[in-house]
Amino acid sequence: MPIKTYREAINEALRQEMEANDRVIIIGEDVAGGAGGSAGGGEAAGGVMGITAGLATKFGRDRVIDTPITESAIIGMAAGAALTGMRPVAELMFADFIGVCLDQIYNQAAKFRYMFGGKARTPLVVRTMIGAGMGAGPQHSQAIYPMLTMIPGLKVIVPSNAYDAKGLLIQAIRDDDPVIFCEHKSLLGDSCEVPDEPYAIPFGQAAITRKGSDLTLVGISRMVKFCNEVADRLQKDGISIEVIDIRTTSPLDAATILESVKKTGRLVVVDEANPMCSVASEISSIVASDAFDYLDAPIKKVTAPHTPVPASPTLEALYLPTPDKIEVVVRDLLEH
Amino acid sequence: MQLSRDQLLSAYRRMRTIREFEERLHVEFLSGTVPGFLHLYSGQEAIAVGICEQLDDDRDYIGSTHRGHGHCIAKGVDVKAMMKEIYCKKNGVCGGKGGSMHIADLDKGMLGANAIVGGAPPLALGAALSAKLLKTGGVAVPFIGDGAANQGTVAESMNMAAVLKLPMVFMFENNGYAEFTAASYATAGSIEARAKAYNIPAVTVDGADFFAVYEAAREAIERARNGGGPSAIEAKAYRFWGHFAGDPQRYRAAGETKELRENHDCLKIFAEKVTQAALLDQAEMNAIDVEVMQLIEDAVAEAKADPQPDPASLYKDVYVSYP
Repeated sequence: MPIKTYREAINEALRQEMEANDRVIIIGEDVAGGAGGSAGGGEAAGGVMGITAGLATKFGRDRVIDTPITESAIIGMAAGAALTGMRPVAELMFADFIGVCLDQIYNQAAKFRYMFGGKARTPLVVRTMIGAGMGAGPQHSQAIYPMLTMIPGLKVIVPSNAYDAKGLLIQAIRDDDPVIFCEHKSLLGDSCEVPDEPYAIPFGQAAITRKGSDLTLVGISRMVKFCNEVADRLQKDGISIEVIDIRTTSPLDAATILESVKKTGRLVVVDEANPMCSVASEISSIVASDAFDYLDAPIKKVTAPHTPVPASPTLEALYLPTPDKIEVVVRDLLEH
Repeated sequence: MQLSRDQLLSAYRRMRTIREFEERLHVEFLSGTVPGFLHLYSGQEAIAVGICEQLDDDRDYIGSTHRGHGHCIAKGVDVKAMMKEIYCKKNGVCGGKGGSMHIADLDKGMLGANAIVGGAPPLALGAALSAKLLKTGGVAVPFIGDGAANQGTVAESMNMAAVLKLPMVFMFENNGYAEFTAASYATAGSIEARAKAYNIPAVTVDGADFFAVYEAAREAIERARNGGGPSAIEAKAYRFWGHFAGDPQRYRAAGETKELRENHDCLKIFAEKVTQAALLDQAEMNAIDVEVMQLIEDAVAEAKADPQPDPASLYKDVYVSYP
């Protein structure tokens, strides 16, 4: 099977869905790039990270629409287009920029169906980049999916690898509800086997990436990679860790987590987001409530601290959960 | 521009329907039977009707405001279903889950009243983009109050519409007050000048003059349908009630609303013009008044009698794909 990067997998999903359906369009800042420039106006970027490269050239600027830097208008326009027959994929370049367009997401798109009495469909995808690890500082590095996960009406997707990124994005584009698709900037170059043909991965189905019996590690986005690394390390010491990739924070596959914890009796949740009111705390709450009698030890979280993301690479490394930090918590918990 | 008798009668009926709807709601609200907040459109009818009479149900969209009842009626949303929605009843146009500030009817090209000031213009961009890409010839019209004119979303939307040459008419309704603060205090420069700064053709009209609004809207809609991009209209408007039903209006000089009702009532002005020009006679408008009164009477009675929403509906329609 061909090996593709996370970046390539996302590009392929977009291309294949645009080929399959004329109503799929891309809207965002520099998604083509180069409009009006002195070089003649041809495609010049394909997004700041090159994820949409080649799509404007292939499908034309009517379907890959470069906008001004105007996030409220981008997201609102995409939501309005979704409500009136299109299937837009809007790009919110960095998830941090949600501060200037959140109204269009949470008061508008997320609520249309409910507040219009079930008559609206809003097949909107907002692709956005999350995560630390590149020294990009406090306003370009946050993992803000918890604040979106809490909003009824949104689906929130956190792919941890290239295979999932392609299948989940295809599902997102075909889905009739508004979807926030969180791409981790530190995973863009990671690669794995990705089939050439289109495929959709259903939302709300976690993946068990390592089978195990001693402890359950639940990871989100890039943290799944770290959890897998820890499981592989500990396996050498005869410790059997089960790793669960939740893949979507909303809907959340609580059943797979509960089933695993009932088997292992121990849970560590690893989340790059800030810890308060987080997906990690929600998972902990569900397990404490619904699998309490099966627990042999307290639930532990490994998360970022309750601080902004620092720019300094030294401080950023302290900020982020790492395989080493996770391993310490796991070994402690196994001693409990 | 010459409207047919049928067009004039239709416009009059719509404006009168909005007026009676709102005046009756004011009475009902004060009697305590209507839940939530109400923002009444009385006095501004000629603006909604002046443009919406020229829009089609199936391809033209409007985005509305918190003061949206008039826009809904002008765009053809069923009056009885609207009244039930304002009473938050089961058979309301949104099943009682939207209420006064979220009435929407996508089949009528009504993208929703919007309780976020400045919330609708970005959504109208999307309806215009759909019309452009799907080549429907459709136009999108966001209604924007003088208060919303100061929101960033409106500036962003005008720029985006101009850049992408979207088929839109930005319909500003300057009724002189954003809540309790005068537009003369809160709005630097002029709204018309702001639109022109984006190279958007813009005019200012008297919003109490149906014919002035109609003519400005006709030109703007034609420009949009012919690929000429967005236009803007600033209609000077007259808000007969306060910001919300029950507003004591301490910010207004004594007698201001009385003066507006005497000298800037779009219905009176319309009737004077059409009778003077011998286009309609007063008797046929009086006959419409009687029918409208009965319609509103029935709408209120039916709304009061309508059942409360089914408790199970609390959990429904959060998502399309799962309950």
